[in-house]
Amino acid sequence: MRRLLRRLLVAAVVFCAVPAPAADSQAVPDTLAQRIAACTSCHGERGEGGDNGFNPRLAGKPAGYLHRQMQDFQRGLRHYEIMEYMVAPLTDAYMREIAEYFAGQEVPYARHPVPATTAAAMARGEELATRGDPKRGVPACMACHGPNLTGVQPDIPGLVGLPYDYISAQIGAWRTNTRSTVAPDCMATIANRLSDADISAVAAWLAQRPVPDDAHPEPAGSIKPPLHCGVLGG
Amino acid sequence: MKTSSLLFACFVLLLSATAAQASADVQRGQYLAMAGDCAACHTSRHGQPFAGGSVVPTPFGAIPAPNLTPDRETGLGDWSADDFYRAMHSGVAHDGTSLYPAFPFTSYTKVTRADTDAIFAYLRSLPAVRSADTPNTLRWPYRMRSLMSAWRTLYFDEGEYATDPKRSAAWNRGAYLVQGLGHCNECHARRNSFGAMVQEPFLAGGIVPVQNWYAPDLSMGPHGGLAGWTEADVVALLKTGRSAKGTASGPMADVVMRSTQHLSDDDLEAMATYLKSLPDREPQRQRESAVGARDLALRGQKVYAQQCAECHADNGRGKGDAYPPLDGNVSVTDPTGINAIRVVLSGGFAPVTKDNPRPYSMPPFTQKLTDDDVAAVVTYIRQAWSNKAAAVSPADVRAYRSTPGG
Repeated sequence: MRRLLRRLLVAAVVFCAVPAPAADSQAVPDTLAQRIAACTSCHGERGEGGDNGFNPRLAGKPAGYLHRQMQDFQRGLRHYEIMEYMVAPLTDAYMREIAEYFAGQEVPYARHPVPATTAAAMARGEELATRGDPKRGVPACMACHGPNLTGVQPDIPGLVGLPYDYISAQIGAWRTNTRSTVAPDCMATIANRLSDADISAVAAWLAQRPVPDDAHPEPAGSIKPPLHCGVLGG
Repeated sequence: MKTSSLLFACFVLLLSATAAQASADVQRGQYLAMAGDCAACHTSRHGQPFAGGSVVPTPFGAIPAPNLTPDRETGLGDWSADDFYRAMHSGVAHDGTSLYPAFPFTSYTKVTRADTDAIFAYLRSLPAVRSADTPNTLRWPYRMRSLMSAWRTLYFDEGEYATDPKRSAAWNRGAYLVQGLGHCNECHARRNSFGAMVQEPFLAGGIVPVQNWYAPDLSMGPHGGLAGWTEADVVALLKTGRSAKGTASGPMADVVMRSTQHLSDDDLEAMATYLKSLPDREPQRQRESAVGARDLALRGQKVYAQQCAECHADNGRGKGDAYPPLDGNVSVTDPTGINAIRVVLSGGFAPVTKDNPRPYSMPPFTQKLTDDDVAAVVTYIRQAWSNKAAAVSPADVRAYRSTPGG
């Protein structure tokens, strides 16, 4: 009886193993990473960012923030033609899934070159980032983006580890209205209170700032933003 | 007492029957509004449904799509079902002015009164949104509405769809949808210099003005744009955004997402039945290939091996449901080369549909390949395997570098 059982078992294993498909050259991996080749070809396989200073890192950014950016491109609030085109045929659910994929990636930060700047500009950059400029109604970057500038869950992105070109281009985009979001758009308000020299200074200071060992965003609810922001629920 | 309660019961029954009929009309109207893809123009990217705000770009200037919600001042609040029918059927607005054919009344004229009434009932059921139209930016002389009467005389045939008794019910239903609400010929045909769509031959393909995509010939017969397609392929593309023969991209991806994926299988099959009956076409006259096209194709073969073959395969047959074939793909071989150039530059996702909720995508090559390399690889795929389309030049590529969204 036991032998019969064993034979049956062997037969079952053989029977089940034989139809295993031969390597199918047609098979395409059914993974999200494979599906979103359009994203990863510019932003990196795991969202580590492109090497040209403009295709930003996505890895580890809060999912709510990444999702919001795709929604803003789709609604024409944030303008960059190739991104607007890319997200146009997507649903909210798929964008959310893609946002969560990149938010969940743990990838070391790359170092980016920082343009030569004066000590005075660097001091001004540090002032804006850490203390703000109350006279001009500019809060410190840290007031919203967290004491370590690593962002806050679920909607506020980190500012460390970003290239100078990207940061200065984004602040400029808020001023020219090519980047906006749901009202009240507090970054647009802040960007319009900065001078050209301020933008350059704060971008340079942020870009040279070493990334802390723990670069994860702060937990939700850990900061009280000094401005009313649409992206934070108004 | 007895009589009055009986009367009351009758009254309630009558009321609820009327309400049920009204709600059925609204539902049918919603379906028909999807078949007509009204939202493509009348819902803006960040606005309320049907509250207008989008601008329809035309070679003559931009024309805002008006607010269709029942708001009295800025929408259709003052319109009657008769007014709405006149707009759809005759292209004449509530105040008697001629509408511009950016609103495709040239196709919607085929729609029956019962269907326009249902669409109107649906629009009346929407929440009223206050959203005023912006003025159009038509250039002189096109902004003179009086010119429309001459245009209408020349190019507008008013009239509801007439059933062809010699054809099947499905064929007639398909023809009604394709020619009327679907307004397919508004894109899938050439337009003359006065912006009128060419009706003969019907659905023979053309460049979508301003958006600069090529809407292919829809004949499934020999030398047709969809030669080799089956009716099932057509249904699959309209329903899921992809088929064994190709994937919807550019403006067609939007049509699939907003409109055709929501249509019933019967209606999609009817449309395919009708398209199947479009006549065969003359063999395409080949555009002369530029000098050096052969070298370009050879160079393109190398680019293809490095950048494209992993997904689209060496034999150009694509891979499974994920990556469409390029061999025999009308988006590759269209007479202009526009679609292939633009897809190589911009890449992108197949449209998300109920049946394909997490589509695969193609990387954009605009930051990776030079104009010369794009021209080379597009020329290669247009001439490889069974494809026999003309070469494209680096200058053609340059023309479309900055048009990813259009």
